[in-house]
Formats: sequence, structure tokens, C-alpha cells
Amino acid sequence: MLKYSLRRLLWAVPTLVLLITLAFFMMRVAPGGPFDSEKSLPPEIEANLNAKYHLDEPLVQQYFRYLGQILHLDFGPSFSYKDWTVNELIADGFPVSLTIGSLAMLLAFFAGTSIGTLAALRQNTAVDYGAMGTAMIGISIPNFVVAPLLILLVAVYAGWLPAGGWDWSWQRMVLPVITLALPMIAYIARLMRGSMIEVLHSNFIRTARAKGLPETTVIRRHALKPALLPVISFMGPATAGLITGSVVIERIFAIPGIGSYFVQGAMNRDYTLVMGVVVFYGILIILFNFLVDLIYAWFNPRIRYEDHG
Amino acid sequence: MRWTRRTIYEAGAGYQASTGTIEMSLLEVRNLTVSFDTPEGEVHAVNGIDFSLEPGETLAVVGESGSGKSQTALSLLGLLAENGRAVGEARYRGRDLLSMTATELNEIRGEQIAMIFQDPMTSLNPYMSIEQQMLEVLYRHRRMKKAEARERAVEMLRQVQIPDPEQRIRQYPHEYSGGMQQRVMIAMGLLCEPDLLIADEPTTALDVTVQHQISRLMRHLRTNSNTAILLITHDLGVVAGLCDKVLVMYAGQVMEFGSVEDIFYRPQHPYTRGLLRSVPRLDRGDESGMHAIPGNPPNLLELPAGCPFRDRCESAFESCVQMPPLEQLPGGGLKRCHLEAADE
Repeated sequence: MLKYSLRRLLWAVPTLVLLITLAFFMMRVAPGGPFDSEKSLPPEIEANLNAKYHLDEPLVQQYFRYLGQILHLDFGPSFSYKDWTVNELIADGFPVSLTIGSLAMLLAFFAGTSIGTLAALRQNTAVDYGAMGTAMIGISIPNFVVAPLLILLVAVYAGWLPAGGWDWSWQRMVLPVITLALPMIAYIARLMRGSMIEVLHSNFIRTARAKGLPETTVIRRHALKPALLPVISFMGPATAGLITGSVVIERIFAIPGIGSYFVQGAMNRDYTLVMGVVVFYGILIILFNFLVDLIYAWFNPRIRYEDHG
Repeated sequence: MRWTRRTIYEAGAGYQASTGTIEMSLLEVRNLTVSFDTPEGEVHAVNGIDFSLEPGETLAVVGESGSGKSQTALSLLGLLAENGRAVGEARYRGRDLLSMTATELNEIRGEQIAMIFQDPMTSLNPYMSIEQQMLEVLYRHRRMKKAEARERAVEMLRQVQIPDPEQRIRQYPHEYSGGMQQRVMIAMGLLCEPDLLIADEPTTALDVTVQHQISRLMRHLRTNSNTAILLITHDLGVVAGLCDKVLVMYAGQVMEFGSVEDIFYRPQHPYTRGLLRSVPRLDRGDESGMHAIPGNPPNLLELPAGCPFRDRCESAFESCVQMPPLEQLPGGGLKRCHLEAADE
């Protein structure tokens, strides 16, 4: 198991290098530069600026300079947020994004698995069809539609919650977390329903029933763990996706997470900021996948013991 | 062999009459019907069968795949698939298993009636250790504390000859071989010393040498405990030496019933004879060899009228378009065939 995990972690290095390379050159290919918006800049000042940020060097040299910086986990200074380094901006925005993302994931996990299990146990009844129909709608409607709708209904018409902004109060977290969680709840519910139905038809469930265990025990002790496995392997990329997917949500609800900085950075051709966020997301996704591998192995004794045998 | 008039009176009463005590059977199945609703129509897996089992007795139910023997076993413990339905009566100590609520049934399942299955690899939960799976039976039915339950489970594993049971009980099913997994299933079934063990093809998924070990283990169990065994199998080799009586099923019907000696040495039904001929025998050499029964069992969606075996039967004649009644044989047996009784 340890060997397997280490191998997975080592694979992260070439993955990250590829990601950095692609992102770096794609940024530079995009038309425009970081100082284009500042009109009528005297040529000497522009030259000085370019020299300061090493933009006057050949592209390949800049690329290797950047790789060298990242080795020291230094994402460099931001081009548009003067006096801020990218590290500081990420450190500023990440706690906010992380809070929203993890709350949404927790909500999605518990709501999704519960709804999915319920639908599986009431298979082909009104409960099942209702839950799965709603889930289908939840998956189909993009969150940039759900968000304004929720704002309109809950914040503007009903006035129960603020429409946006951020002050770490729960009132301001509710709507973005729900918006973010909805498609995940729907997806996990469908996943859970399918796997639960499959597990309930397996031979070892029949054995558990033959032992005289009450149905609730059969489900809780015997069926839940194997039924959760597909959900868990989905959770890794999904959690990372939630935190990256919050780019849109953070814009709509005016939340100062890294998603906001990312969008702002892309608009301003803030090379270092965009690169920093991309690399940071990359590391995050790899980390979550790794975590899920560990949880999966802990759940599944057949993987856990593979390296011993 | 000649049958006397007297033996006829014992027909169907068998064990009770010979022990002289009139008490109710351990298990008494009357007119059991199992059917499944499928998109193609109703599948009739079991079509009104009767049998009974006395305490400590061993009954084999034999037949090809699709003869309804496994569904008979599953229906007794309410383990049919969701689209399955069992009608009739299955009285265990006088109480009808088929009409019990889930709660009532759960008091009996695993406690008084235990069941082991064909494929031990998939019948044990791969995500739980053997210890967890065994102990939950004792927690459920015996309200034991952990230490006591563990001791009992280790003792049972030792009885089924699992080496080093104190250590191995902590392992997971995939760390056991197929034969060992089936031993674990048997040990798990016997934890509460049930009155009845239903074994659904316990040797089928195993290697031949392991099959022998498991049937030896079951013979040992039969002589050393008072547990009655209902053995479901298509392998007559396992039946010999283990069972008292044999019920031969075909297309959901009882074709023949008798003592193990009668079935093996004086089979009355052409189907039983066909089954016996299809057992591979090393001692008879090449000249007799192994003979498969030609054809396949009938489609259970539309059972033909008359004897269901007649299309494959070498002795079929005009009368076979009528369903033969289940007639009593001298000596306590039953057969469903129009042919006259054959000696030897």
C-alpha cells in the first residue's frame, strides 16, 4: 500500500511539469500583455517594467526561470496587484474558497448518499422516481443559472439571506454552498443509488439476511461500505473540482476566494497570478486524488493487503 | 426384492413410525409453489412439492440446474429475489415459515435454521473480517460479550479444521482459499447449533479434492451433532454416504423420493436413472463411461402438459401426455411415472 501511494505521488511530478509548461505557453500565446491597459506608457518606463519582471528575456529563458522559482514554491510578484506576491494572494483567498468548497462537499456527500440510499431501498416507487427526476434536473441546470435564481428568490424577494459579499458569517455562506453543492448532491445520489442496488443483489447480502440480521443492520453493516466505494473514488476529483468550480460562484456572490483572483488575473494578463493559481489547483487536485486513494484503500481490504501478499 | 404389504403402511411416515413417537416433523413442506414475475411472463420454478424432514435427518434434493431445488431452499428462509413469490406451507416446528413477518423470520434465520451457499467467495462479505462476520451472529442471537463470542467462533473454526484459528479469524475472506471459505461458511452456520442446516450446492464451486474435504466435513457434522441437513445438489456423489433420503426434482416437480439405498440401487424413475448414469465412475472403466441425459430441461415459462420429462425420456409412451400422479411405492418411496415398478 505504501509503495503504491509513493508511486502515485511520484507520478505527480511529471504531471505538474506538463501542466506548468502548457499553462505557461498558452498564457503567452494569448494576445495582449500585463501592461497593455495602462495607456500611453513612456517607452522607457515600459522597458523598465519589462526588465523588472524579466519580460524582456527570451521566452524559453523566462520559462526556466519560472520553473526554478516554483521549485522554491515562489510564485513571484503579481503584475496587477502591486505590492502583493502571488503567494500572498493565494494565502488570502484560499481559506475562503476552501471553506465554501469543503462545506459544499460535506453537504453533497451526506445529502447525496442519503437520497441515493433511500431511492435504492424504495426502488421503482414514487420516492425513487421523484428523487432521481429531481437529481437529473440538478445535474442539467448549470450553477450560473441556479445562483441568480436563488439570489432572486431567497435574497431579493424573501429577504432571508444576503445576496452576496463575505464576512465569514454563516448567513453569507448558505447560498453559495447550496449552489455549489446542488449538482454534486444530484450526481452522488444517482451514483449511490446505482451502487447500492447492485450491492443489495450480491451474494454476501443474502448471507447477511440468512443470518437473521434485521434489514437496517444488513444495510448499515454489510451494504453501506461497498456501496460507498464508487462515491469515494468520485469524491477526489470532485472535491478539487468544487474548489476550482467555485470560480463562477465566487464571482456571482462576490466572494474574495482564489477563484475571483483567478478570473481577475486572466482579464489583466497577470501572468504570474494565473500561473500561480493554475499550479496551486494542480497540486490540490493531485492531493485530493491521493487522499481518496488512501481512503479507498482503507475501505477495501483487498487493496490494503496487496503489497503484503 | 419383493415388497410386502406391511411396508406400504409406512410410506410417507418413515421415521416417525419407526421411532414410535408421534411428534411433529422438524420441517414439513406442503404444496410449495415458487414463481417469478419476469418481463417475459411468470416463471414457474417450483410447482407444488411436498416433503418433510425429521430432527437429525439428512435429506438431499437433487436435480439438474433449473429443476427448482435452489429456489425451494431459498424460499424456506424468505431469501427469494424480489420478483419471487412462494405459496403453500413450510412448517418449521409447526409454524409456517412462508407466512412469517420479517421480524419473526429473523429470530429463526441463523439461529435455528442456518444456510450455506454455493459460492463461498462471493457469499462472504469481502469488506469485513471473518471475525466481524462470525461474531455478529452471536451478538444477534446469543447476546454474547465480545470475548465469549470470539472464543466460541474460534472453537467453531477449529472444529471445521481451520489451522491457527486465533490468528486467521482476524483475516479477510480473500486471504482464504475457496475450500477454507466454505469451511468458514459452515462454521458460521453452526455457531448457534441450529436444528436445520440448509446447504445449497456447498461443493459445486470447489475443486474436486476440496469437494471431498467438504463432504467429509459434512459427514462428520452429521454424526457428531443433531443438526438436520437439507442438502441441495446436482452431484449424486456427494449424496452417497451423507444423506438418509433423496428427493429427485425436475421442472419444479418431485419425480422420485426414497431412501438413499433405494435411489442408488433401485431407482424407479427414468430421470433418476439418467442422473445416476451421468455420474462419472472411475471403477467401471470405459465400457460404461459417463452418459449425459439428452436434451435440456423444459422452459419454465411454458411448461408442457403431461410429464415434463417425456421429451427426453427413453421410455416415454402414450400415457406420458398425461401428468403422472405421485404414487407411493412399497418401502416408503414416491415416484411420478406411468411406468410399472422395476426391480433392480
